[in-house]
Amino acid sequence: MSNSRATSYWKSNLKIVSSLLCVWFVVSFGCGILLVDFLDNFRFGGFKLGFWMAQQGSIFVFVVLIYVYILLMDKLDDQYNEAAATDNDQGPSANSHQATEEQSA
Amino acid sequence: MSVQLWTYIFVFISFSLYIGIAVWSRASSTKEFYVAGGGVHPLANGMATAADWMSAASFISMAGLISFLGRDGTFYLMGWTGGYVLLAMLLAPYLRKFGKFTVPDFIGDRYYSRTARIIAVFCAIVISFVYVCGQMNGAGIVFSRFLQVDITTGVVIGMAIVFMYAVLGGMKGITYTQVAQYCVLIFAFMVPAIFISILMTGQAIPQVGFGSELTEAFGGGYLLDRLDGLSEELGFAVYTEGQKSTLDVFFITAALMFGTAGLPHVIIRFFTVPNVRDARKSAGYALVFIAILYTTAPAVSAFARTNLINTVNNAEYADIPDWFSQWETTNLIAFNDKNNDGRIQYVGDPEVNELEVNRDIMVLANPEIAGLPNWVVALVAAGALAAALSTAAGLLLVISTSVAHDLLKRSFMPGITEKQELLYARISIFIAVLIAGYYGINPPAYVAQVVAFAFGLAAASFFPAIVMGIFKQRMNKEGAISGMVAGFTFTAAYIIYFKFINPTANTEEFWWFGISPEGIGTLGTMINLGVALTICRFTPPPPQEVQEIVENIRLPGEAVRS
Repeated sequence: MSNSRATSYWKSNLKIVSSLLCVWFVVSFGCGILLVDFLDNFRFGGFKLGFWMAQQGSIFVFVVLIYVYILLMDKLDDQYNEAAATDNDQGPSANSHQATEEQSA
Repeated sequence: MSVQLWTYIFVFISFSLYIGIAVWSRASSTKEFYVAGGGVHPLANGMATAADWMSAASFISMAGLISFLGRDGTFYLMGWTGGYVLLAMLLAPYLRKFGKFTVPDFIGDRYYSRTARIIAVFCAIVISFVYVCGQMNGAGIVFSRFLQVDITTGVVIGMAIVFMYAVLGGMKGITYTQVAQYCVLIFAFMVPAIFISILMTGQAIPQVGFGSELTEAFGGGYLLDRLDGLSEELGFAVYTEGQKSTLDVFFITAALMFGTAGLPHVIIRFFTVPNVRDARKSAGYALVFIAILYTTAPAVSAFARTNLINTVNNAEYADIPDWFSQWETTNLIAFNDKNNDGRIQYVGDPEVNELEVNRDIMVLANPEIAGLPNWVVALVAAGALAAALSTAAGLLLVISTSVAHDLLKRSFMPGITEKQELLYARISIFIAVLIAGYYGINPPAYVAQVVAFAFGLAAASFFPAIVMGIFKQRMNKEGAISGMVAGFTFTAAYIIYFKFINPTANTEEFWWFGISPEGIGTLGTMINLGVALTICRFTPPPPQEVQEIVENIRLPGEAVRS
């Protein structure tokens, strides 16, 4: 039982990481390098879009990506810990964090 | 008050702060010495990581490099920030869950082999030494320019300060001084940037000013359009267009990203937080703190370049401002009146051009060029020193832990007590400081090139070995060891050949597939992966207990440090 839960946790983890890294690749290598000349045809304010993506935009997206990752993983961890706590029949009062700590210790 | 007096005041205050922290945070156990006791708040660790990461190269050289490279300078910006996305998602949380002290610890345990551990120690020491020499030299340059002491004295002062808090406090001392150093360096970088942005565009936020219109005094029109126009007029490359091949830019960016994620002094920072959740959180904080400087830097590049051209081109040499003659004495700027008209011709054509400008001057002299108040000019010195010393300390700790923990305790002298191990750690950091100081005074060739070396090597050795150790359960010691050796040797050979043995051949026509030595780390990473995956198919899988380690680090919850 706990093994299948571990497998599904790992699968969800891989899904989160791979989809975020796709965005990471498209934004940095895609917009900032491969498509930069095409994107330069568009302008906003004093920037050409491709140049802006390369020198500013991609970095902002990186920050957002890490925060999305933190949010999704915290949620996934909570689900996993809750399921582990109920499985072990610790009762509703048991703190899920402590429960996992005891297990691995 | 004069610039020099202000500089003395800022440097004195910041150094007293670092020494105060050193005395307050003495380490009493190996756990405190190696990972600051493992109880660092994620916010503090984020700041410490940012200071650890942003070196003299980021603070002094990067904006200047970009202002001469224009759009091609992008690979520094994306490479040195995008690597954190990889670090946060592929390495940091799992390594924290693993719960040991060093990167060779992970490699040695995961690949159940003393050979793997020793190879990792070797890579960690080479990478860190290469990198630390550049920092010491950066500190020496700042001392000599701003405090009018010679470079040797400057390096010795820098060594003494690092020695104080690194030897006494280990990771604990380093962590809290790095927090202070982050505050100093970001303040010192942002204040001149904001001043210049207001001066040239009327916008207080440099990232906004970057895309805004210049004020009437600077000729109006969008900053970047004006810069493109000036570049074209004077025969320089158009600022917002690329000159390097797309393939090379791609490879350099990737090498810097993989290298960032594989640098041991950055990775070990994530061992200092209490748990996996905090490791993720502090990666987020770290990137935010780094992004503040990294999104400001390209704006500074554009401001400084425009300002420099406006100030010097076609100016009468007799009327040139004070800063010009001051920097002339350090040889960072040189004027040679080829046509004897008494005016400075600053143009793209090397036959006619009369002005040589060192790239570092774009940050160091930027506040003076823009005519900012003396205290702002002086801030830059304190910031640059904070950037150089914080990175140097982090690197020295990697060297010390690699020797005391991985080489002595875990490989050759397992019988030593904790007290002896701590003593060996302090002795090795002391020796490392001395060697780094020596190379800071007698720098090997070009500092910037040497640093590019460190990234290529980290990308080709650690990054693939660690990622496969986590994501490929079947990866065994035979695969990982041969992968690391192949990647490291190939990358080192390529860089040494083009940079040191045959530098005249260092042009695109001789490069493999048109990839420059700066970008070859990416190919090294691929070679490492390819070799490892192939060898792994034909050799036995790792033992059961190692497979269990891998299963365990993939799951949430806390590991217990052994």
